[in-house]
Amino acid sequence: MGRSLHPGAWWLWALCLGTAATRTTNPLLLALLIAVSAYVVATRRPDTPWSRSYGAFVKLALAVLLIRLLFATLLGSPIPGTRILFTLPEAALPAWAQGIRLGGEVTAEALTFALYDGLKLATLLICVGAANALANPSRLLKSLPGALYETGVAVVVALTFAPHLIADVQRLRAARRLRGRPDKGVRGLLQVGLPVLEGALERSVSLAAAMDARGYGRTAQVPAAVRRTTAALTLGGLLGVCAGTYGLLTAEGGSYGVPVLLVGVTAALAGLKLGGRRSLRTRYRPDRWDLRAWLVVASGVAVAALLTVASVRDPAALHPGVVPLVAPTLPLWPAAAVLLGLLPAFVAPDPKEPS
Amino acid sequence: MIRFEDVSVTYDGAAEPTVRGVDFEVPEGELVLLAGPSGVGKSTVLGAVSGLVPHFTGGTLRGRVTVAGRDTRTHKPRELADVVGTVGQDPLSHFVTDTVEDELAYGMESLGLAPEVMRRRVEETLDLLGLAALRDRPIATLSGGQQQRVAIGSVLTAHPSVLVLDEPTSALDPAAAEEVLAVLQRLVHDLGTTVLMAEHRLERVIQYADQVVLLPSPGAAPVLGSPAEVMAVSPVYPPVVALGRLAGWTPLPMTVRDARRRAGDLKQQLENALKGRGELRDQPQTRRTRAPSEPHTPVGALHSLSVTRARIQALRTIDLTITPGETVALMGRNGAGKSTLLNSLVGLVKPSSGTVRLGEAVPHRTAPRDLVRKVGLVPQEPRDLLYADTVAAECAAADKDAGASPGTCRALVTELLPGVTDDTHPRDLSEGQRLALALAVVLTARPPLLLLDEPTRGLDYAAKARLVAVLRGLAAEGHAIVLATHDVELAAAIAHRVVLLADGEVIADGPTADVVVSSPSFAPQVTKILAPQQWLTVSQVRAALPPEAAS
Repeated sequence: MGRSLHPGAWWLWALCLGTAATRTTNPLLLALLIAVSAYVVATRRPDTPWSRSYGAFVKLALAVLLIRLLFATLLGSPIPGTRILFTLPEAALPAWAQGIRLGGEVTAEALTFALYDGLKLATLLICVGAANALANPSRLLKSLPGALYETGVAVVVALTFAPHLIADVQRLRAARRLRGRPDKGVRGLLQVGLPVLEGALERSVSLAAAMDARGYGRTAQVPAAVRRTTAALTLGGLLGVCAGTYGLLTAEGGSYGVPVLLVGVTAALAGLKLGGRRSLRTRYRPDRWDLRAWLVVASGVAVAALLTVASVRDPAALHPGVVPLVAPTLPLWPAAAVLLGLLPAFVAPDPKEPS
Repeated sequence: MIRFEDVSVTYDGAAEPTVRGVDFEVPEGELVLLAGPSGVGKSTVLGAVSGLVPHFTGGTLRGRVTVAGRDTRTHKPRELADVVGTVGQDPLSHFVTDTVEDELAYGMESLGLAPEVMRRRVEETLDLLGLAALRDRPIATLSGGQQQRVAIGSVLTAHPSVLVLDEPTSALDPAAAEEVLAVLQRLVHDLGTTVLMAEHRLERVIQYADQVVLLPSPGAAPVLGSPAEVMAVSPVYPPVVALGRLAGWTPLPMTVRDARRRAGDLKQQLENALKGRGELRDQPQTRRTRAPSEPHTPVGALHSLSVTRARIQALRTIDLTITPGETVALMGRNGAGKSTLLNSLVGLVKPSSGTVRLGEAVPHRTAPRDLVRKVGLVPQEPRDLLYADTVAAECAAADKDAGASPGTCRALVTELLPGVTDDTHPRDLSEGQRLALALAVVLTARPPLLLLDEPTRGLDYAAKARLVAVLRGLAAEGHAIVLATHDVELAAAIAHRVVLLADGEVIADGPTADVVVSSPSFAPQVTKILAPQQWLTVSQVRAALPPEAAS
């Protein structure tokens, strides 16, 4: 795979596409965004277990869309519509459930609105799925500050646990068949619960032993003064972040919010940096943030920025009308802007090519 | 390099120390083998070297263990990480990252080595272990032998002066085991690494050992010496030593080559013995095949069976017929399709094309309740079959599952596992005892076809001998047995027929003697020593010799 692109670049690119998706409800633009991310995934994803998660994200997005449509059908919608498609029998609800409607008229406008809205959410999910497929989550760890690295390893180990657990459940349920008990159904699942947990516990203990024996958690001696400063900076910084956020969100705190937040963030970052001294770790072949990473991020940022501008300049094109119902048209300039997101398919290294 | 000074280890809650009076020294650059029956504390001794005993496992360690001058009492495992590399029994539970290259670098990152040093050592290690072509592969997709090599590589990159290995070849096929042992040999010779390793399959490793530390029984003091000295008194010994003891050779041969040089007389004796009885020279095999009897209807039949799983063709057009009373050994590399074949016989795997029949029944369409009376499988991990928390409860459940009269399973357990009480927890049984319990549970339904997946993994020679006796008895009663195994000695001892699989295809199928004799990696030691005569096991040789010669 040569040296792959910095995973952070992929995440930024995908999040920018996601941001762009939140700026519009035009189904043609959203479909174009999905197509762009899918094309990049198809051409640039490496052949690894985590990259197969893209399919799962697409299915999840589809499920979200369907659920949104189902709710709009069953529970009605605040959108005033005139074109009635069909009428469901309406359930009479008691007085305390006022404002909730069950069944009733289903209008084309309400369904279209739900479709646009659901599609927006689905696009967002697919963009996250693309990032997940393109960048190995554990490589992203390597970019964490030293002080957080060991926590990060613990998180990643915990994440890889889920697939092992599923494999264990499957194996033990299969083994039930060998005892002459049904291998399907909920009871079967419950009875293997205890052995599965036992197995998981045993595996984590032996992994912990192996990690310990390989030097996980070795620390350097640091002077007491440095340790105390680290603690003070981190704690103070976090307090500052809390106070600053509170200031930003309340009406009267507008004046002190931003400066306190900035000071807090700076102090916390300094604390992390200082805390990194305790860790002896070095990095093996960290991913470099190179020109290609800049280009990938730039293409994502461009899409997000241009769509934001477009949504301000020409809201009608990006939010096609639902009442009255009109057919959405493809606005030329925003569509061209979305196509900029294809850049990674040409500049990112091809994982299938040996290098 | 490693020094044990009167060490004893007592785990919390145990009345007796697990090991006692351990007092020996491993000099630098030697390969030392830790041998002994199961349950004598081999893993405890290994764990004491890396400091995991007692820092990680708990318990009390008396005495002193020093490694490269560092006392394990004052140094935690992570502080010994740069001098001791430890590889446990299961390489999969050793891996922290998900690709080969990152795994090799992980230990060095923890030690804080400079990036350019790490880069150089990763490349060196990739070459040393022959892993260069696999550097970007996710570890989960590697074969067993490759994973074991990655596990060894991942501790080697830290350049430890001591390497501690627990059963490095037990789960591997003969070829992969040789691969791993060749690497160890190279480390000892080229880098002067000190290696301490425990292994049940002595026939694979004894020839590489400079010294052997024998733990003869639980709590007994270890015996240290050259392989030949220790093997003369050891309760566990490989077939080559068994043959040497039988023929009275001193010093005992450790390698097939040694033994072959001295085997001239023995071969002559065997030839004379057979001639004297007016029997043919290929006598041993005819005795191994079943007595010709009325044609049997097969208990299991595969017809052009193909199985595709996750886009990989695990089995390709397999034809196989299993008749009652016959014992078939399935052999082949890790990943050749042995387990898939067994699983398709119990309906855990659906055929992609072709058919599987158990008599009239189609396994994957048969309800589990009826299936247990047609076929029984003891999986690779017998623990998977056991759910209850006492032996008695397990037996009662087995009787109920199989619809057998109460007490059937308990009677089988008593027969296979004399001396196990009703209230023992299956988890507290040794590996061999657990296998016997699982076997009893499966046999409760009296299936005419019995399948075993890798039954001798983790068994010592005594447990293996008991298993052989049990399986022979079952075959004599008319059970058909199919076992997937890497253990050539086991196959030689009980199989009538050997089926070799490679890449999901049958590449050889015939009487044991014909198949294993012609294959260098699957031939048992006795066959190699006494070639061109075709003997498979020591007990055959013992039976053929006139009584006065086998003194």
